Amino acid sequence: MSDSVISDTVKDAIDIVKDHADDVHDHDVHAGDVADDHGDHGGHHSSLGLSNTKLAMWLFLGSECLLFGGLISTYMLYRNRHSANLGPDQLWDIPFTSASSFVLLTSSLTMVLAVSAATRGDLRRTKIFLTVTALLGGLFVAGQIYEFTTFYREGLGFTTSLFSSSFFTLTGFHGVHVSVGIIMLIALVGMLSKNKVSGDNAETVEMVGLYWHFVDIVWIIIFTLVYLIPA
Amino acid sequence: MTETHSPTDDEILAATPHADEKHDNLHGPTDKQFIVIFVVLAVVTSVEVAISYADIGPLFLPVLLLLMVAKFFGVVWYFMHVKFDHQLFGRLFYIGLGLAAGVYVIMLTTFRFFGA
Repeated sequence: MSDSVISDTVKDAIDIVKDHADDVHDHDVHAGDVADDHGDHGGHHSSLGLSNTKLAMWLFLGSECLLFGGLISTYMLYRNRHSANLGPDQLWDIPFTSASSFVLLTSSLTMVLAVSAATRGDLRRTKIFLTVTALLGGLFVAGQIYEFTTFYREGLGFTTSLFSSSFFTLTGFHGVHVSVGIIMLIALVGMLSKNKVSGDNAETVEMVGLYWHFVDIVWIIIFTLVYLIPA
Repeated sequence: MTETHSPTDDEILAATPHADEKHDNLHGPTDKQFIVIFVVLAVVTSVEVAISYADIGPLFLPVLLLLMVAKFFGVVWYFMHVKFDHQLFGRLFYIGLGLAAGVYVIMLTTFRFFGA
């Protein structure tokens, strides 16, 4: 075999390796583009090009449906098990609870605006909307504490009846979820201010947003089934 | 020497889930659209509260449940971005939701909740 043939073969082999390397690079770029189009901004990605963090959050929210489903079902089952003068008809203050519902719904709007600002890279607006969301969440929890206190003064304790136990457990669990959300929001504002968010800011804000919206949709169900539909 | 076939840009995009929707649903609603969605949800909530005071007879329960479901999916689709994200995210959530609904409807049926 002549030297020129060997040289040509080696050159061809190098070209093939270079072409393959370029193809792999182009494929990675496209996979990244598509992942970004689906709302993935960074972090670790699965083989589908989707964010593992986001997959885990959706899986967690799916499992939370089972938790709240159990609590809501238990309340529905026991809502008539109360004494004559301490039932939903005597206790519920619909205008007050409606106002609380509007507060939580408004917090969902400010949260989605925070996510939108984070996606645009507008850190200032992101922090403002996150802070407003936390304040609205705080207002909702304050309303819930006021409601619980009022019920307690009227004689409805946790162990008064099956109705009271299931009611306080359901709304209490929801309140705890809102409180955890507020802590997450405050922590996120602090971390964004100090630039201590590991990974992508927009994705982190989006994860907290998903949790917050979940808390809102659970309240949408509680508000209708527990407060608006009479026993 | 055999010629190697490297996938073209279009082939790579076509093989990617939702590639055809890529440009249609690129970023989801704008801020103004989010505000419009919020106003709609607030109006639906107001209607719910109004219905709870009004006497609409046998329609009371189905209408209230329908409005609740509409609000629920309004938040899930638009605020939680399920309508614009990869289908897998929504499916993970719907699996949990469906499982919860199924399990607890069976549980309530066992306890004769619906017949009471």
